[in-house]
Amino acid sequence: MAKLEMLQTLTGHKGIVWNASWHPLGKIFASCGEDKIIKLWNKEGEKWVMKTVLVDGHQRTIREVAWSPCGNFLASASFDGTTAIWDKKSGQFECNATLEGHENEVKSVAWSPSGQLLATCGRDKSVWVWEVAGDDEYVCEAVLNAHNQDVKKVAWHPSSDILASASYDNTVKLYKEDQLDSDWTCMATLHSHESTVWGLAFDKTGKRLATCSDDKTVKIWQEYNPDNQEGVIVTDRDAIWKCVCTLSGYHTRCIYDITWCHTSGLIATASGDDIIRVFKEADNSDPNAPEFDLICTKLNAHSQDVNCVQWNPSGNQELISCSDDGEIKIWKLIED
Amino acid sequence: MTKTADNVNPNVYEKGSEREITSTELDEDVSDDIDEREIFDLIRNINDPEHPLTLEELRVVEQQNVFIDNKQNLVRIYFTPTIPHCSMATLIGLSIRVQLLRALPSRFKVTVEISEGTHMSEHAVNKQLADKERIAAALENNNLVQIINQCISSS
Repeated sequence: MAKLEMLQTLTGHKGIVWNASWHPLGKIFASCGEDKIIKLWNKEGEKWVMKTVLVDGHQRTIREVAWSPCGNFLASASFDGTTAIWDKKSGQFECNATLEGHENEVKSVAWSPSGQLLATCGRDKSVWVWEVAGDDEYVCEAVLNAHNQDVKKVAWHPSSDILASASYDNTVKLYKEDQLDSDWTCMATLHSHESTVWGLAFDKTGKRLATCSDDKTVKIWQEYNPDNQEGVIVTDRDAIWKCVCTLSGYHTRCIYDITWCHTSGLIATASGDDIIRVFKEADNSDPNAPEFDLICTKLNAHSQDVNCVQWNPSGNQELISCSDDGEIKIWKLIED
Repeated sequence: MTKTADNVNPNVYEKGSEREITSTELDEDVSDDIDEREIFDLIRNINDPEHPLTLEELRVVEQQNVFIDNKQNLVRIYFTPTIPHCSMATLIGLSIRVQLLRALPSRFKVTVEISEGTHMSEHAVNKQLADKERIAAALENNNLVQIINQCISSS
């Protein structure tokens, strides 16, 4: 068992805070929301303090922000249909590039592990892959129209250029670039959730994917290659993904976000029942039918829906969360 | 070019009576839970987008289809479109949601759904009404907000 100790509550945003994202080194984070503002917060001593406000980047709600792996760039995805790229090379954070192309609200943005590619997705049902072409130059590499509804989230595999997307059409899709013809294609569709899939997170190996949904369950998926030992039938050259675990009966409302710590292996979820939950794989877990135990339930983590949870990438067991109530909270997980 | 309403000849019902105020309700020291009648009072006078009538008069909303759990902070409303292929269903559902969003304390989780079996696309409409991200984005559209405000204004 474990408990989540609240370290600090941060206010300042007006309205819904949709997302908070850690800088790769874990000492800075960015937050965004309904007020169309991005706030950057630094740790000074033991306390987090707001240092910078990025305004006028977008005309509507900013839905997600994401730091590049090198930490020098911040991307922001907005309901205004654009994705802005911010950097500090002039000394101050400025928006030096804007990615346009989506027909309506952009809902998610994510950088590939190498930092060479960016993915965005939105209500126009498409997933776009952009290449970092040079100084402030971004080129669209692919427009993937595999989903047939609103795409809520994109996430990259931790070590290769494989992309995953979650959608209102209840599925998760995986994409990669074909080696021969350089075309991006959808290589797998994961069917099991019974309602909108809101979030997804790979484990540190990239062989497992955790997804969360409006159907109030979390599902764990595992990759099986053509030469697998388990006897799982794989017909083509590509690997297949199977749902190996479903966590149900814990959440009482929609689960909006999920995060998988690459140091501890712990999974945390953000739910519309105002609760943050933490799950840990059981000690004697069968690798092909894993079991996860609920080790912490933080009731009333926020006074309204929790929209986002993210583990600090430095592995210090800090967790950040943000809510419809306009607040951001920093937590520390303490295991018994 | 004006569009003909989906349902040109809806059934119109009588309005219910006003609520009688009891002595405990006037007593400042007695704490009140919000009840179904209070929620119904918030939504009964929302105007239908197509007819100069309220949702109560069209029996689109009825008190018996309002459910509240004060302990768990849950509110559930079922509404009945006047005809099964009513194209205004999403807009009506959205107006109900917006009215409650503005009027109820933020601790309440509100679900607005079409009464089962009363609309051809009820699953699709219910799914949209349950998606708070879609609702938030829609409410950033000024034209839509104006239409909704017109429906809500007199209530």
